[in-house]
Amino acid sequence: MNLYFLSFALFLVGLYGVLTKRNIVKVIIGAAIMGYAVNLFLIMVAYKSGATYPILLPGQEPQLMVDPLPQALVLTSIVIELGVTAVLVALAVKIHSKYGTLDLRKIRRLKE
Amino acid sequence: MIAPYFVVIPLLTAFLIVIFGKKGERISGFVALIAAFTLLVLSLMLFPVIDSEGTIVYEVSGWKIPYTIALVIDYLSAFFVIMISLIAALSIMFSLKYMKKFTVNRGYYALFMLLLAGLYGVAITGDLFNLFVFMEIALIATYALVAFQGEAEHYEAAFKYAIMGAISSTLILFGIGSAYSLTSTLTMMQISSNAATTGGIYLLSAFFLAGFGLKAAMFPLHSWLPDAHPSAPSPVSAMLSGVLIKVLGAYAIIRVFYIVFEPSAIVNEALVVLGTISMIVGAIMAIGQKDIKRMLGFSSVSQMGYILFAIGLATPLGFLAALFHMINHAISKGLLFLDSGVVEENEGTRNMEEMQGLSDSVTRTSTLMGALSIAGIPPFGGFFSKLLIIVAAIASGRLVYGLIGLVVGVMTLGYYLGMLRRTFREKKTGSRLAFSIKVSLVILACLTLATALLMIPALKEGFLDKAVESITNREAYGLLFGAGD
Repeated sequence: MNLYFLSFALFLVGLYGVLTKRNIVKVIIGAAIMGYAVNLFLIMVAYKSGATYPILLPGQEPQLMVDPLPQALVLTSIVIELGVTAVLVALAVKIHSKYGTLDLRKIRRLKE
Repeated sequence: MIAPYFVVIPLLTAFLIVIFGKKGERISGFVALIAAFTLLVLSLMLFPVIDSEGTIVYEVSGWKIPYTIALVIDYLSAFFVIMISLIAALSIMFSLKYMKKFTVNRGYYALFMLLLAGLYGVAITGDLFNLFVFMEIALIATYALVAFQGEAEHYEAAFKYAIMGAISSTLILFGIGSAYSLTSTLTMMQISSNAATTGGIYLLSAFFLAGFGLKAAMFPLHSWLPDAHPSAPSPVSAMLSGVLIKVLGAYAIIRVFYIVFEPSAIVNEALVVLGTISMIVGAIMAIGQKDIKRMLGFSSVSQMGYILFAIGLATPLGFLAALFHMINHAISKGLLFLDSGVVEENEGTRNMEEMQGLSDSVTRTSTLMGALSIAGIPPFGGFFSKLLIIVAAIASGRLVYGLIGLVVGVMTLGYYLGMLRRTFREKKTGSRLAFSIKVSLVILACLTLATALLMIPALKEGFLDKAVESITNREAYGLLFGAGD
């Protein structure tokens, strides 16, 4: 149970980074940490203590295997996070070339 | 067998447009247009097909249902698929001429098709995680499209949108993980037939409400919309405001909170209260805007407030009103964003104070019709849906909320009349419109009137009532779990 709280705490660390940091790169890293926290959470949902890998070979009991589905979900979600992070970094590069800064306080050309 | 085409056609078209490269630059628009109209025809076939054969269930790659991702099209999904196809086809038709000024048209159409694939996928999927995947496909395409015009403020808006989208997607994924550990399945029909409830599990409800609420621009999470939607090119703004917030936000909320999980009183109450607040906040912010597209963005926040409020009533009449208002708002807001694109082109500015009224009569008339429909003037469709929302509020004993809805309706009329007065100051000889732009504007303008016909009992029973039936009849959705062939 404590591990679930730890993954939630990691999630909050990421959220804190996104909400309070002024540097675009640090904001992106914060968003990535949130993603890692969720991935860890999914892995923990699947985890069984003392279980083995989920490949159905002769002599293997399904009860003694970890749940493979969340692991597949984590793989998919890592790929999606890669895509989102790539878009975010590309936008950050463009913002840097247009504004000449990565400081979010100075990037305020949109109207209030 | 009709279901997979809704994902395959747009993905394949996006792929083809990119692969033909520079040679395909000129035809990319037509390829996209053909694909969009094929999808429109396919989606109009959905209601008759479901009538004759029952809900469409397609099992991806031939595995049986608990082991595979299922695509499920019931009346509710079909309703949203029709809405997506309609706005998408007309937006692409509008883009043909409008997007000529940009150099990389093929990138635009490829991203547009990717956006469509994601939207259709969200509307027809029967698997919670798959919903998330399609949602991300649509969103990644959207981030790029918002930044497409390539000025500094467009990148800024896209970055803001992308960060908030990333947070909400993470929340949704957290919610999906919790739902899986609660129910040991991700197939929506199975969760539904297990009669699981989010009621006691506040964390799960909070994850989904915050995640989908951000996508629906619900009150505390609405601030990205007035930046992101105006920054996109006008046809994309029409897609985003007209369809994306409804499919990723409102549809997902209906599906998850009312069909997959059992409806819970606390979520209803949250939707009613937050919906009402976004209604008011959007309208107040819209009054002071000088930028025409920003004003339309705030108006979207306000109208989404109406929709979420009507969903939160959780009565059949409330759902009917919500669905009806969604289709009305999709059509009229799509029309208004396309018009704003034409106006911006003619005037060279988006600031309403500096406009001189250079638009031609088609733009004037269609803007008038769209604005009156949103503001709720009879005989336009928007009047009937807003009336239904207020009637539904009063029928479920929420008299005060009904009154607030009425007052906000008057405010809506106020700021739209202000927009019309400032945008079309005096009649000057307008510039001429290209044929494809004119056709898409005229069709949408006619549709703002035609949606009022959906209130005729025969049409209402055949279209809206069936979609409502698939929300209220949770057992039928749960039974689909065993029905896969």
